[in-house]
Amino acid sequence: MSEILIQAEKLVAGWQQPATAPLDLCLAAGQIIGLTGPNGVGKTTLLSALAGRAKCFSGHLQRRPALRIALQNQELPPVDGLPLSGRELLALTAASSSGLPAWLHHHLDQRLDRLSGGQRHYLSLWAILQSPADMVLLDEPTNNLDAPGIAHLVIALRQRAAGGAGIILVSHDASFVSDACDTVQRLRGIDDVE
Amino acid sequence: MWNDLFLVPFLSGLCLALLLPVLGCFLRLRDEWLAALAYAHVAAAGALLALVAGLAPMLGGIGAAALVGAGKRFFPKRLAGGAAFVLLLLAGWATAVLLTANQPLAERLGNALFDGQLYFSDSSNFYLLLLWSLFALPVLFHLSSQLLLARIYPDYFHARHLPVWPVLSGFDLLAALSLALATTTLGVMSSFALVFVPPWIVFSRARTWRSGIFLAALIGLLGYSAAFALALGFDQPFGPVLALLLVMVGLVIA
Repeated sequence: MSEILIQAEKLVAGWQQPATAPLDLCLAAGQIIGLTGPNGVGKTTLLSALAGRAKCFSGHLQRRPALRIALQNQELPPVDGLPLSGRELLALTAASSSGLPAWLHHHLDQRLDRLSGGQRHYLSLWAILQSPADMVLLDEPTNNLDAPGIAHLVIALRQRAAGGAGIILVSHDASFVSDACDTVQRLRGIDDVE
Repeated sequence: MWNDLFLVPFLSGLCLALLLPVLGCFLRLRDEWLAALAYAHVAAAGALLALVAGLAPMLGGIGAAALVGAGKRFFPKRLAGGAAFVLLLLAGWATAVLLTANQPLAERLGNALFDGQLYFSDSSNFYLLLLWSLFALPVLFHLSSQLLLARIYPDYFHARHLPVWPVLSGFDLLAALSLALATTTLGVMSSFALVFVPPWIVFSRARTWRSGIFLAALIGLLGYSAAFALALGFDQPFGPVLALLLVMVGLVIA
């Protein structure tokens, strides 16, 4: 049986106050879990709580000791006006460029702020996805991506999981979630529970 | 130009012409270029206060800037977004000008600090700047990737349970001390020009971070050397000549 990386039991998360319904979740190495649900149910807040940023108000959250986490949030890195190339970005997080799609590989030596929104997003995502980590948390990873980009991402996620990483992703894209994930959990709003 | 009278000041400034543009790249990365002006004014006020108190001016400048640089992370959140730097700048400037106006002892040094007269630098000052540059430049290169990560992926450190404050506070202290040394050697505005203009030029032009750092240092070195020769040749105060030259270079390239 694969090693458990993180386990949540009736976890209620939030920033200043509880903002999510209780969640039960168990992620093993090599597994990909998708979290879906309508706007406002607290998907991003839960992801932040799993990363240790948002507060856990009740329930139980247990991480494997010395767990290395990589977290990608929805905001694009602030690289406008910064002389930073794609290759330098990957070097920062120690991510390998091996496996990048050709439409991005050819632009690795360009400045990030000279790339298109989709190229920049995918490279920023790649820098997190391929960084040395045991658990990868991705928030709406398909934002700004076209169909070939999403198809490539599904393959990259599968390869990363096959390499032993556990992945939890939040997405509104139902077909992407069903293609990429082993398990899908649809979250309910805090009001739906009360 | 190459006698001791001018060679020592030239070499002193050369150390700073290499260090300040590199430091400026990191301040610009963090959107803190205004910090350079604030630290310079605080250092000027500290140097004048020390002089009036009968202490070495450089000690006062370094002490005041170090205090502010190290204490920056304890500033209240309402002073975020650059407000702290503006207040420090105004307080430093006002203190320095009042001391210059009311203390005869402080008048000469005050004028030198704000006019930017490099020629008072002696050999002990040069050795101090050389040692500091030899320390600060490798430290900056060592912190480079962590400062970039802290800016681009602010969650990176938190997600890995790594403390980011030693990196940021270490950088703040290094920036404050460098600006204090620069201010008491080159003057307030010359230091600011070297911190601001070369990074401003290269941020829009360079293709990579590494080449940007290299180009900023090169522009600093060339601009400083040309300004030194021009100021000496035409018997003009060094600070304004350097500032004007860098502004012109910046405008031409922009």
